[in-house]
Amino acid sequence: MKASEVKTFYYLMKLGRRFEEAAKEEYMKGNIAGFLHLDIGQEAVSVGTMQAFDKGDVFTHYREHVLAIARGMDPKVIMAELFGKKTGISKGKGGSMHLFEPNLSFYGGDAIVGGQFPMAVGCAYARKLEGENAGVFAIGGDGATNGGAFFESINLAAAWKLPIIFFIENNYYAIGTRIGWVSPFEELYNKAKNYMPSVRINGMDVFEVYNEVMKAKEYIENGLGPYFIEAETYRFEGHSMSDNGKYRSEEEMEIFKRRDPIENLKNKALKLGIVEKEFFDETDKKIEKEIAEAVEFAANSPEPEIEELHTDVYCKECENVVS
Amino acid sequence: MLYREALNRAIDEAMEKDESVVILGEDVGRYGGSYRVSEGLISKYGEKRVIDTPIAELSIVGNAIGMAIGGLRPIAEIMTENFSLLAFDQIINHASKLRYMSGGKITLPLTIRMAGGVSRQLAAQHSENYETMLSSVPGLYVLCASNATYAYHALKWAIFSNDPVIFLEHELLYPVDMEFREVKDFNPFKAEIVKEGKDLTIVTYFKMRYDVIEAEKELAKAGIDAEIIDLNSLRPIDIETIAKSIKKTKKCVIVEEDHKTGGMGAEIAAQIMENCFYDLDAPILRIAGEDVPIPYNRKLELASIPTPDKIVTKILKWKAENGI
Ligand SMILES: Cc1ncc(C[n+]2csc(CCOP(=O)(O)OP(=O)(O)O)c2C)c(N)n1
Repeated sequence: MKASEVKTFYYLMKLGRRFEEAAKEEYMKGNIAGFLHLDIGQEAVSVGTMQAFDKGDVFTHYREHVLAIARGMDPKVIMAELFGKKTGISKGKGGSMHLFEPNLSFYGGDAIVGGQFPMAVGCAYARKLEGENAGVFAIGGDGATNGGAFFESINLAAAWKLPIIFFIENNYYAIGTRIGWVSPFEELYNKAKNYMPSVRINGMDVFEVYNEVMKAKEYIENGLGPYFIEAETYRFEGHSMSDNGKYRSEEEMEIFKRRDPIENLKNKALKLGIVEKEFFDETDKKIEKEIAEAVEFAANSPEPEIEELHTDVYCKECENVVS
Repeated sequence: MLYREALNRAIDEAMEKDESVVILGEDVGRYGGSYRVSEGLISKYGEKRVIDTPIAELSIVGNAIGMAIGGLRPIAEIMTENFSLLAFDQIINHASKLRYMSGGKITLPLTIRMAGGVSRQLAAQHSENYETMLSSVPGLYVLCASNATYAYHALKWAIFSNDPVIFLEHELLYPVDMEFREVKDFNPFKAEIVKEGKDLTIVTYFKMRYDVIEAEKELAKAGIDAEIIDLNSLRPIDIETIAKSIKKTKKCVIVEEDHKTGGMGAEIAAQIMENCFYDLDAPILRIAGEDVPIPYNRKLELASIPTPDKIVTKILKWKAENGI
């Protein structure tokens, strides 16, 4: 546990948390609409993974704001996307579930559960063919491990020895369905262990997430094939804004809230005397300002022009052929 | 009665009446259904008949086909139409063809319900209309519920039908309170004349019914007396009702939410050309969704689908252009 790491992790996790809280607030005010899936409670996964996996390509699902932030996407352009503005990362056409930035090798926000895995495998194949070994990182939820796309993907990745990390955020629930009701076991690393090294880790501990992904990264970079990580975590909010999460017991919520990844990191660092209290206070203040600026930027940005309805369907060259 | 309550009542009564009726899908049981259609059923009929499934649409439909072969009357729920694409292989390669391929020996009493349509800012992967694709497949019936009365009767009919039925529900309608009537001798394939008129026929279906009703008020102010037909069933299409209306009005406008190219409107227009070409005084006008994926931004989203305003403007322009 190095001070510099604690500082980076804390900053990004807290930035992510405050971003989500602000998004929730703006949703209530009617400035954000559609489906909004919050990451609150799961920040250690988003930040730990993206800090460790800093080079290759990332494929993810719709619960991706904090992953995008930790990957280096500006909170301003994410917030603007949530507001449906022209300045958003997808020009307001994608919304919360569809954040993409090839410059960050971030192929984010796929809203079809499990849909990201086959594409991630294809990308890993392309990179391997090009002689690249930074690999691909494919992340999804527990619910995604019951679909054909997941099983087909781990099969091929292993058969072709591709450089890819499969990472499952096991928060136990797919909307209101507990994983154990529809899967023969809740420890999901069992699903991949005949195909590749497969581990289960504590996803509420950012250092554990970071270290495990570092290990997996080294493994895939050495050309040994794919690697599977299951992180146990919990979402403190409902599945999306339209879900009140009533299917979970108060006791269960309490147990996981006590494992809050941000509070625990801070308290541990303070107790061990690695980082002073001032750092946390100042960081919190800095983050407040950053988030306020992001909301202001989104609120003051213009909407896309009506002409944008028909752009980006085909690439420019193809449009000329068609019309 | 709320639209979703009408659906719930149809399923409830079917399950009560016949023990072989089961419902399966994501979150249909303990959660009560993501749109609350299956609310309360698990406590009444138990986990064995109200079955929570994993997120695996291919399996949901495939398993339902197997259940039907095995003697049950399954209702498979697909959470939203986009996800039905994962099950298209089971729907099209298996459900629609088993009867034919087996020389009529296999019967599939199977209902596949899905929520669809453009809702509110759910973006491209949660906003589709795939009725056109589904309606092009022989061996499937495709029903499209726009109101509580039809939803209730048609769903009950579908559950007890011995053929596979695709049953489409519009997401924006679930919480809407609607008039409800008991209908004797219900025919799911019969189109409904929502409003009689003599100047032009507007053929529509699904949620567009309501946009057309809105638009009609404006058209009336402009002195146009439009007849409105809600198709209800998309495979088969009740061309008889349409033809009768066109004989009277001599003009036809088709309004649909789906993309224009290759959409239902294209099929309806083609059937009209085959059946009542000589009754028409003007070219058919098609008002449809734009040929783009559905955008998130609300302004763009509204620009991508017909709205009452657009329907009125387009009809008035078409009238002027054709001198009618
Ligand atoms: C193929 C498909 N089926 C259903 C859905 C609807 N849906 C969206 S998220 C979700 C639950 C996914 O849960 P999980 O994979 O555990 O991820 P989490 O939301 O917990 O991050 C479902 C059923 C979908 N988006 N795609």
